[in-house]
Amino acid sequence: MGLLWIPLLPMLGTLMPLMAARFSRNSIALLTALLPAAALFLLFTQAPAVFSGQVLAVSFKWIPLAGLEVAFRLDGLAWLFALLILGIGQLIILYARYYLSEQDNMPLFYSYLLLFMTAMLGIVLSGNLIQLWFFWELTSISSFLLIGFWSHKSEARKGARMALTITGAGGLALLAGLLLVGQVVGSYDLGEVLASGDLIREHAAYPVILVLVLLGAFTKSAQFPFHFWLPHAMSAPTPVSAYLHSATMVKAGIFLMARMYPVLSGTELWFLIVSMTGLATLLIGAYVALFKHDLKGLLAYSTISHLGLITLLLGMNTQLSTVAAIFHIVNHAAFKASLFMAAGIIDHETGTRDMRQINGLWKYMPHTATLAMVAAASMAGVPLLNGFLSKEMFFAETLQQVTLGSLSWMVPVFATLGTVFSVAYSARFIHDVFFNGEPVDLPKTPHEPPRFMRIPVEVLIALCLLIGIFPNFVIGPLLAIASSAALGGDLPNYSLAIWHGFNVPLLMSFLAMVGGLIIYYNRKHLFRFQAQFPEADAKLIFEWVMQQLVKGCTVIMQKLENGSLQRYIYLLIFLAMILMAGPMIDLNATEGHKSQLPLDNLTLIAAIILAAATLATVLFNRKRLVSIISLSVVGLIVSLAFARFSAPDLALTQLSVEVVTMILLLLALFFLPQNTPKESHPRRLVRDLSLAGIIGGVIGTINYAMITRPLDSLSWFYLENSKTGGGGTNVVNVILVDFRGLDTLGEISVLGIAALGIYKLIVRMRLYMPSSDSTGRPWAVGRHPMMLSVVSQSLLPLALLVSAYIFLRGHNMPGGGFIAGLITSVAIIQQYIAHGVDWIKDRLRINYQWLVASGILIAALTGVGSWFFNRPFLTTWYDYFNLPLIGEFELASAMLFDLGVYLTVIGATLMILANLGKLTTKQSPAMKESN
Amino acid sequence: MEAIFAFSVGLLTAAGVFLSLRGRSFPVVVGITLLSYAVNLFLFSSGRLTINGAAVLGTSEVYADPVPQALVLTAIVIGFAMTAFVLILGMRSRADLGNDHVDGRLAVEPEEKKK
Repeated sequence: MGLLWIPLLPMLGTLMPLMAARFSRNSIALLTALLPAAALFLLFTQAPAVFSGQVLAVSFKWIPLAGLEVAFRLDGLAWLFALLILGIGQLIILYARYYLSEQDNMPLFYSYLLLFMTAMLGIVLSGNLIQLWFFWELTSISSFLLIGFWSHKSEARKGARMALTITGAGGLALLAGLLLVGQVVGSYDLGEVLASGDLIREHAAYPVILVLVLLGAFTKSAQFPFHFWLPHAMSAPTPVSAYLHSATMVKAGIFLMARMYPVLSGTELWFLIVSMTGLATLLIGAYVALFKHDLKGLLAYSTISHLGLITLLLGMNTQLSTVAAIFHIVNHAAFKASLFMAAGIIDHETGTRDMRQINGLWKYMPHTATLAMVAAASMAGVPLLNGFLSKEMFFAETLQQVTLGSLSWMVPVFATLGTVFSVAYSARFIHDVFFNGEPVDLPKTPHEPPRFMRIPVEVLIALCLLIGIFPNFVIGPLLAIASSAALGGDLPNYSLAIWHGFNVPLLMSFLAMVGGLIIYYNRKHLFRFQAQFPEADAKLIFEWVMQQLVKGCTVIMQKLENGSLQRYIYLLIFLAMILMAGPMIDLNATEGHKSQLPLDNLTLIAAIILAAATLATVLFNRKRLVSIISLSVVGLIVSLAFARFSAPDLALTQLSVEVVTMILLLLALFFLPQNTPKESHPRRLVRDLSLAGIIGGVIGTINYAMITRPLDSLSWFYLENSKTGGGGTNVVNVILVDFRGLDTLGEISVLGIAALGIYKLIVRMRLYMPSSDSTGRPWAVGRHPMMLSVVSQSLLPLALLVSAYIFLRGHNMPGGGFIAGLITSVAIIQQYIAHGVDWIKDRLRINYQWLVASGILIAALTGVGSWFFNRPFLTTWYDYFNLPLIGEFELASAMLFDLGVYLTVIGATLMILANLGKLTTKQSPAMKESN
Repeated sequence: MEAIFAFSVGLLTAAGVFLSLRGRSFPVVVGITLLSYAVNLFLFSSGRLTINGAAVLGTSEVYADPVPQALVLTAIVIGFAMTAFVLILGMRSRADLGNDHVDGRLAVEPEEKKK
């Protein structure tokens, strides 16, 4: 379990500085460091197991079906990276305490920093690829927050945005790659994936996987041509630069390549892409670094160059080169972090980072100068320092490499060339800053920084020296376990020694030293040469590309989304048609093998009426009244069809809904234009007609294909259990109130919500009330017809009785809450029609909102009731009782539920219709609102 | 029988789609109503067509499939609520904008179009 706490502690730690925000700056820093320090301690407690070659793992199920789990895995490689992240993280926390000024929001900074630390730990410790990717993206986001920490600076904002865009886009490519890996291997578990190297390399998708994963790694590790975001990320506070660009962020890409090394490497494609990209990055970074006047700019490009070097090593496909790569990861982290911190100190104490201004600092800060010079010497690869050792290994490996055939000699030559520039810019860093005359116009008078600000640098420099002088003792075992984890097996023979005798790598080192110093000595000529090239500002180009992208998208969006509903519907249906057409074409026979029903005359006549009425609805669609009269005929035939095909419940429901729909449409038509103006262009008519025709044909065909095929449904379950389990013989009703009661509860809630929405729409409606019909004849203002009033009034009790009967018998015979509710609604609406709103208002004092609410509440409480009997929500109960005179009858809790349905349906229907009807009178809700 | 049923569903769909593509809210509502008939019939028929099937247990050997029926029953009621909502929305948009065009154009635009 200790393993789980390693990423968890820093995660909890993100809250620590925020909670400690009121304390002094020292306390905040101390409290922030506390939990990561504990995590570091935990990491060391795991060391014996890891160094003995074990792979520790802990995992929890998350979404097992999708292959997702929370899994952490600790092997040598992960241990090494975790050590770098937590160890250097501690130093950064200490350093940032002195670096940040009073104005900076220190708790927030620490919180972001720990979030980033958590994300990095998550990447290196993940035992699941998807989880790894999650933390990968989290580093992009948290580094965005860190780089843009000084959000008042435009530079910082732009730099942060650029880093997020590039690394985020790379992250998407990585996700695609990892998903493909998961597809090929059949698991996202890292252990399983690492064991399936051959499977992946021989798979047809291997090139795609490789390119996608490498895109992720290259963008993160600032490899050419994605390197340009890194220098711009330098607008971050220096502790961030020191952390992100030495040990963590950019190393995530390297880590990914090392992690996936056993799976993806070993092919010629890997060599070509990885090593050539690395070589290009190495050269470009080293060359450009020399010309940067900004201290951090120089370090940024040198970082790019060293990342290229590590990538080149990883790309060379030999075991020794991989060991060298891992060795250089550690060395680079140590000297680059200390160099960044030294640069931060110089910036802090002089107020500028321009190397044309800062000269001769040796006199002012000898201590810091010594530290920085040692670090820079290590960067240049001077013997007795750690950088020298890995550089020697690098040279030796470039000489071994043969994949480029007769052109293989170019690799060591270019490697030496890159190192020449590396020596030159290191020399510039030392000579320009600490010697070379006197400072020019410094904003501040430089002096040594606070004592504790130097400690992190001193620790790192000590490390550089220790590794450089006693490599076997200090780094040997760690390098061995990390390399064997990265290689996924045995280690090659290598020796970590300072002296290997006079050999070619030593000669190359010597050449690089001399060449670098010569170049630095003649730098004026080079600077003049370089000044002839107009400097391309990556930021401007990037912003331009982004703006063009946004513009392009806007144009497309405006074309697609021009605000026309007609167009949207058209496109939507068109797309649906295309999607349906594919499977339809694959379907060989339209007709299935099920025996078909014989066609009888009555049904045929009904179908002809239906077709005629449908056509009439369409043909007369501009004469709205005619159109809805034909529509009502269609609805009637549809309810008859339900009755014909053995669905009496549906027939009853459709019939009563038909009535309320027609009343609704007629009421609405009163307020709307009676006719639709002719405005569709003939071309549009043809277009719409053809689409409608095709989609109708497709749907009809699908339907035919479906109903002529035999059905194997689960209906037998409902038929068998309806009586015994639900206590009712009307299976449809039992499904509604019992088996699928929760669905019904949801549906009546939807009904209630729709009615409420309609009520709110009506309340504020300001409608022009027409006084005449479309031909100018005034509407009759006479009283309500007496015949209708009298008949409907006497019909009311009868109708209510019918609805009560339908409701009660619903469980065993066709009927139930929905139908009874609709019948009651129709009966009440009839009274509205016959007597008018005013007359009803005096007699029927029901608040429909309350009715809906109580209906849903009753239904829900019925469900809750079963909890009191220790049953799941909505379990029903029923029993039979005997009363004299009436005989045996059944009581079921489902009836109470159905009562809720009944009330909701009445409430919703009347809320819609009565309120719409009220618009015609002085009872209009709109009038009331304005009074 | 099956063929004529499927034909009717197809016809209702075609008519519904055509009317849904009109420019004024009222024909669109009529179109949606037709479409919901088609959808309900379609869903209902997924239990296959049965004639003289029993609706109630114990009255016959042949039963109609109750599951699609239960689904369609609530669909009919909710379909009504949705039709009503769209209709009232159309009325409201006419009240606020002065015309009943579905694209929510301002009142002046249709007249410009006539020219």
